[in-house]
Amino acid sequence: MPQTIGLAAYDISCQRGGRIIFHGLSFRLAPGEALLVSGPNGAGKTSLLRQIAGLLPLAAGRLGLTGAGPDAALPELCHYVGHLNAVKTSFSVRDNLAFWADFLAENGASLDRALAAFRLTSLAELPAGLLSAGQKRKLALSRLFAAPRPIWLLDEPQVSLDAASVRLLDAALKDHLEAGGIALVASHTPLKTKFAHRLELGGERVA
Amino acid sequence: MRAAFALLTRDVRLAFREGGAIGTALGFYLVVVAITPLGLGPDLNLLSRIAPGMLWVALLLAALLSADRIFHNDYEDGALDVLITGPLPLPVVAATKSIAHWLTTGVPLALLAPVLGLLLNLPLQAIPLLVLSMLAGTPAVSFVAAIGASLTLGLRRSGLLLALLVLPLYVPVLIFGVATASAAITGPASPWPPLLMLCALSLASIVLAPIAAAAALRTALR
Repeated sequence: MPQTIGLAAYDISCQRGGRIIFHGLSFRLAPGEALLVSGPNGAGKTSLLRQIAGLLPLAAGRLGLTGAGPDAALPELCHYVGHLNAVKTSFSVRDNLAFWADFLAENGASLDRALAAFRLTSLAELPAGLLSAGQKRKLALSRLFAAPRPIWLLDEPQVSLDAASVRLLDAALKDHLEAGGIALVASHTPLKTKFAHRLELGGERVA
Repeated sequence: MRAAFALLTRDVRLAFREGGAIGTALGFYLVVVAITPLGLGPDLNLLSRIAPGMLWVALLLAALLSADRIFHNDYEDGALDVLITGPLPLPVVAATKSIAHWLTTGVPLALLAPVLGLLLNLPLQAIPLLVLSMLAGTPAVSFVAAIGASLTLGLRRSGLLLALLVLPLYVPVLIFGVATASAAITGPASPWPPLLMLCALSLASIVLAPIAAAAALRTALR
C-alpha cells in the first residue's frame, strides 16, 4: 500500500516547566524519508516525538501534513512507541496485540503477520507478564504491524533488544520507508537504516 | 464504535483478570454492612430504618476503592499514550472507561445490596426500589469517580485524595438514592420524584464528567 503522506514542522518550540527545551525547529519529511533525532539527555528528543503524537502541546510554531485528506488528524496517523511498552501483563501476547489492532485500525491487519514480524508467534499464547524486557519491547514494536499507519514515532526503539531483533527492526523500517512511510527515530545507538535527515538537538543543527 | 467496543471489552476483561478489583469492592461492601449491626446492637426497628442509608453509604465507599483503577494502570504502563493516538476523542475514551468501571463495580454492588439488606433487616418490599435506585445512581458514581481518578493521576497514594475530592460530589446521589429506597419503608411519599432526580444526575454526569476527565488527563500527560 503506497503512502503519500509528508510531514513538516515550522519553527516549533517546546517548553516544559517554564524552561524552553528547543525553539525554532523546522524540518520537512517527504514520503519514504526518515529522520534521526539525536542529542544529549534532556535535549528534548522524547518531547519532540510526543508533540508530534499530540501528547504535548506546541509552545510555538505548527506541524503540517501533506498528502492527507482534509479531515486527517496527525495523531491518528502516528504510531508512538515510547519508553513504556503499553503491555498488559495479565493478557496473552496475542490478546495484547489483538486489542491494539482492534482499537487503532479501522480494518484490522493480519495478527499473524504482526506476531511474525518480531518472531513472537511461538510466544503468542503466553501471558505477557512472563516476557523478558526485550520480548516486551518487541511486543510493543509489533503494534506497528498490527495497525498500518504512515508515521512511525520510535523513542529509543532498540533499548533491550538483542542484535537479531535490531536487524529485524532495521528491516521493518526499510520496508516501511520503501512503502512510502515516514519514520522519526530518537536514538543514541546507530541503526543501519538510511536516514534522509538528521536532527541534532541541544547543539548544532544539521538538517 | 469498533474501537470503543474493543476498549470496553478489554477493560471489563482486565477487571476480572487482574482479580482483586471486583472482589475487593464486594468484600469491603460485605464487611462494612456486616459489622454495622454489631456496632448498633440488635434493635431490628432501628436497623430497618437506617438500612437504605447504610447500604448506600457503604456502596459509595466500596465503589471508591477501585476508582483509581479507571486510569491509573493505563497511565503507569504507557497505554494511555497510545489510547490518545487512537481514533476516539479523549472524552469518549474517558466515557468508555467509566462505563467499564460501572459494569464491573456499580452493577455488582447494586446486585449484592439486597442480600446484604437481609443483615440489616431491610423490609422485603423495599428491595426492588433499592436495587432500582442503585442501578440508576451508580452511573453517576462511576463517571464522577473518573474525574477524581484523572485529577489524581500520577500522584502517589492517590486513593485518599481521590476520596476527599469525590465524596462531596456524591452527596446529591446519596440523598436521592436513600430517599427513593426509604419511600417504600416509611411510607406515604412517592419514590418516583427522587428516582427521576437520580436518573437526571446520572445522565448529567455521563455527559459532563468525560469532558472534565479528558481535560485533566491532558494535563496529567504533559
